[in-house]
Amino acid sequence: MEFGNSGSLREDGIHLDMDRLKKGEVNMAVTFKDGVILGADSRTTTGAYIANRVTDKLTQVHDTIWCCRSGSAADTQAVADIVKYQLELFAMTNGKPPTTQTAGAIFQELCYANKDRLSAGLIIAGWDERHGGQVYSIPLGGSLHKQPYSIGGSGSTYIYGFCDANWREGMEEADAVNFVKDALKEAIKWDGSSGGVIRMVVLTAKGADRHLYLPDTDYKVRHE
Amino acid sequence: MTSIGTGYDLANSIFSPDGRNFQVEYAVKAVENGGTSIGIRCKDGVVLAVEKLVTSKLLKPNANKRIATVDRHLGVVYSGMIPDGRHFIERARDEARAWRDTFKTPIATADLASRMGGYMQAYTLYQSVRPFGITAIVGGFDSAAETPVDGEVGNGPACGAGGKVAGKTHGGPFLYMIEPSGLYWGYYGAATGKGRQAAKAELEKLDLGGPGGPALTMEEAVKEAARILYVAHDDDKEFELEMTWISGADGPTKGAHHEVPKALREEAERLAKQAQEEKMEE
Repeated sequence: MEFGNSGSLREDGIHLDMDRLKKGEVNMAVTFKDGVILGADSRTTTGAYIANRVTDKLTQVHDTIWCCRSGSAADTQAVADIVKYQLELFAMTNGKPPTTQTAGAIFQELCYANKDRLSAGLIIAGWDERHGGQVYSIPLGGSLHKQPYSIGGSGSTYIYGFCDANWREGMEEADAVNFVKDALKEAIKWDGSSGGVIRMVVLTAKGADRHLYLPDTDYKVRHE
Repeated sequence: MTSIGTGYDLANSIFSPDGRNFQVEYAVKAVENGGTSIGIRCKDGVVLAVEKLVTSKLLKPNANKRIATVDRHLGVVYSGMIPDGRHFIERARDEARAWRDTFKTPIATADLASRMGGYMQAYTLYQSVRPFGITAIVGGFDSAAETPVDGEVGNGPACGAGGKVAGKTHGGPFLYMIEPSGLYWGYYGAATGKGRQAAKAELEKLDLGGPGGPALTMEEAVKEAARILYVAHDDDKEFELEMTWISGADGPTKGAHHEVPKALREEAERLAKQAQEEKMEE
């Protein structure tokens, strides 16, 4: 039996494409006045089936360096695990925390060297003493781009205009949180493969702060 | 054991009962016979200098350089066995390259010193090798600016990065000295080789370790370095003076390790000779 990547149903009507768990249908990272915010929806799909409606797509690779994973769950998890190990080793051997740039470089090396075998789109965001909040994006081919903010995943196509119109340099934290939330809400509204809760991580000199917003309260209330 | 002494100096991996490694101590002797090398950490950069002993009149003047560039912003000078120094530099270049490959950013001077200290130390552990017959002085200027990622598409946007810790400076000039045992420390001024005692005494007189950091500028340090090597030099041998420097991005070398321009070096040598003569007259 052949397993395709399409995720479509076979004649038997029950087959699910287990070859690839697709995820990360909308995610973003945004710099603001004191650092950077990562945000993502929580839907994981295998074809049409929602395999997980409360997925955590924001992955920590160091104290204040996180990433948004999109593409194959297996691939992005494996890559993030390797980078997490490398950054821990870096911090120990060099006696100082790695910069977001260091993390970006290690992610890129893995994504580029294995570009034929990976389906991974990543946004790396972090805060460090020297550079403050930074966002790097690594799309499919394994290139590295430093950006003031970045959006990714299938749902991101719906919010290019929204983000371009509403992102401002040096936003206050509350404004930046609202910007991320409004953008993700819009993506969830229009994109069929985005949905569930909205998760965020705010990275500043104070460390990492998690946010959770549920559709039950129309994403208005911050839950614990 | 009488014909071979105590026998504790026959191999690296043997300690003497009082806890010494004789092979390493003999390596230090090899260093003490080499031409004097010095390094000075200044306000705006690092200056490296070496007293290059002329062993034959058939050697071309100003050829056969002794101070090597390891990466754009890193220079190494050493005293002792020259082939050992050449190997040390080859390894340092490999380390700098490997760092750029993994982290897409230049290696910090402290990190290179750590890697090379570890490398030298490994040569004190095994039967099959001998310690390095050199003491190396590593100078570098770690970029104070935000460094772009190597191979990144452009430098990225100027906007966006918020939340930097205010008032903290990064990078700057650094100087390390690595001994045959693998021991390394960071220094304001470093000296090794035959004339190290005299050179150290002169370095201590300079204003290098004040509370506000070193007061000396690179240009002043070039003149001091020349003077110090003339003071430390043993008169009856001919020698050449080789000097390099590394400034920050806004300095004369724009962050790179370069030879001190000929005009400035000759001026420094003229002043050094003049100071020497004045001393003789006293």
